[in-house]
Amino acid sequence: MNILAFESSCDETAAAVVADGRTILSNEIFSQVALHEIYGGVVPEIAARSHLEVISLLADRALEKAGLARADIDAVACTYAPGLIGAVLVGVNFAKSAALALDKPLIPVHHIRGHIAANYLAYPDLEPPFLCLAISGGNTMLVDVRGYTDMRILGQTRDDAAGECFDKSARVMGLGYPGGKPIDDLSKQGDDRAYDLPRPAVNDGNPYDMSFSGLKTAVVNIAHHAQQTDEALDKPGLAASLCRAVSETLVGRTMDAAKALGYRSIAVAGGVAANSRIRADFEAACRKAGRTLYVPPLRLCGDNAAMIGAQGYYEYLAGHIAGPDLNAYATMEI
Amino acid sequence: MTYTTHSESGTEALGAEFAKTLPAGAVVALYGDLGCGKTAFVRGMARGMGIDCVVNSPTFTIVNEYLGGEMPLFHFDMYRLGGADELYDIGWEDYLGRGGVCAVEWSENVPGAFEGDEIAVRFEKTGENDRTITIEGGPLTC
Ligand SMILES: Nc1ncnc2c1ncn2[C@@H]1O[C@H](COP(=O)(O)OP(=O)(O)OP(=O)(O)O)[C@@H](O)[C@H]1O
Ligand SMILES: [Mg+2]
Repeated sequence: MNILAFESSCDETAAAVVADGRTILSNEIFSQVALHEIYGGVVPEIAARSHLEVISLLADRALEKAGLARADIDAVACTYAPGLIGAVLVGVNFAKSAALALDKPLIPVHHIRGHIAANYLAYPDLEPPFLCLAISGGNTMLVDVRGYTDMRILGQTRDDAAGECFDKSARVMGLGYPGGKPIDDLSKQGDDRAYDLPRPAVNDGNPYDMSFSGLKTAVVNIAHHAQQTDEALDKPGLAASLCRAVSETLVGRTMDAAKALGYRSIAVAGGVAANSRIRADFEAACRKAGRTLYVPPLRLCGDNAAMIGAQGYYEYLAGHIAGPDLNAYATMEI
Repeated sequence: MTYTTHSESGTEALGAEFAKTLPAGAVVALYGDLGCGKTAFVRGMARGMGIDCVVNSPTFTIVNEYLGGEMPLFHFDMYRLGGADELYDIGWEDYLGRGGVCAVEWSENVPGAFEGDEIAVRFEKTGENDRTITIEGGPLTC
C-alpha cells in the first residue's frame, strides 16, 4: 500500500511516499533552518504562506522520486495535530484535496505518533509494545507504546523541552542557532564536571515528568556572570556539563520507566536523539540493563513526512480514516 | 505596580492573582530576558483562570492553546519571530477575536503587535531567585 504523506506542523514542509508503513520510496523536505543560520538565530520563518508555496511542489517531487504516478497512490496521510494551526491547516487542506482528486482515503496522523513511527522505517522488525522517549525542540515526552495506535504519555517536561534548553544555552554561549550540534561538538573537548549544574528534578506528582528551565537558567546565569566579571567562560566545559546533565535526566527517567513497566525495547525519537552524549549514555545503560535500543538515523529524527506515512499505514489498518470535514488542531492528546 | 518574588512558585502565585481579574480579550505583553520567569508567570495565570493542564514553553510551537477554563488562554512566544510582519503568518489577528486572554512572551520581538490597550508585564532578574515584576496598565495597577 503506497501512502502519500504530508507534514507541515511547524517549521518544515514535507511530502513523502511510504510503502506498507515500512519502506521509504521518497522523502522530500523543505526546511527554513538554512535561513536561521544566515540571520543568526531569530528569523522570518514558520510562515503558513511559505508552507503553502512549497507543498504542491514537494508533492510532485515526492511522486517523481518514488517513480510513481498519481494512480499508484492508495491513500493520503497528513499531520492534523498538534502544531501551529495555520501551518497544520496547509497540510490538512492540501491532503484533503489530494485525497478527493485521487478518490483515495484520507488518514489523519498525530505528529508525535509520527515521530515514534520513524522507528518503524529504520527498524523493520520493531513492533509494539515498547517505550519511546520523544525529544525535540518542542517536545520532551516519555510514551508507553502499547500498540501501533494505542499509546499513553508516562511523563513530559513541565516547562522547557530538552532541545530548547540546548538552543537557548547555545545562544548565551554565542554558538548560534540551531544550537544542538555546536554544543555537541564543543562538549567533546570539554570536562563534563567543569560546572556543577542542577539536575532538573520534579518532586511532586508524576515520577516521569521532567524539567529543563532550571538548567537553562543556570547556564544563562553562568554565562552572564562570566561576562560581568570578565572571567573566561570554559565553553567546552560548560557544553560538556550541560550535555551530561540533560542526558542523565533523560536516560535516568527512561530506564526507570522501562524497569517499572518491564519493557525490553526502548526507542528514542526526535531531533535531540542526534546528541552523541545522549546516544552513548543510552547505549551504555541499555547494554547494562539488557534492553534493546532503537534510535533512528538523523534524517528521520527531525520533522519529516515519511514518519507520517509510516504511522498513517497503521492508522489506516486501525480504521482511522477522515472525511472531507477533517479539521486541524493546535493541541491534541496523543 | 512593582512586585518582587523570591521563588518560581511566588511568581506563579502572582500570575494567578493577576489573571483572576482579566476580562475576555485582554492582551498581556511580557518582557524580559531568558530565564526571567515569563513562562512561570503564565503557568500561574492559567491556574488563576481555572485551567489545570500542563503549561510549558511555547518557544518552538509559537503558541499553546489552553481551552480547559472558563475562557481560553493563548500562550504566545515570539522568541523565534523576526518582527511584527510575521504576526500575519501565525494568525495573531485571529486569536485576538476568540474571546480569550493572550499572554505574549518575548513581546520585544513584535513591537508593532500592540495597540496601546495591552497590559505590559516586565521581568527583571535581581538575584538568583529574585525577580522584580512590574505590571503596567490593567486591574492590578489601580
Ligand atoms: N522568583 C522567581 N520567579 C520565577 N522563576 C524563578 C524565580 N527564581 C528562580 N526562578 C527560576 O528561573 C527560571 C524561569 O524560567 P522560565 O522558563 O519561566 O523563564 P522565561 O522568562 O519564560 O524564559 P524564556 O525567555 O526562555 O522563555 C526557572 O528555572 C525558575 O525555577
Ligand atoms: Mg518562556
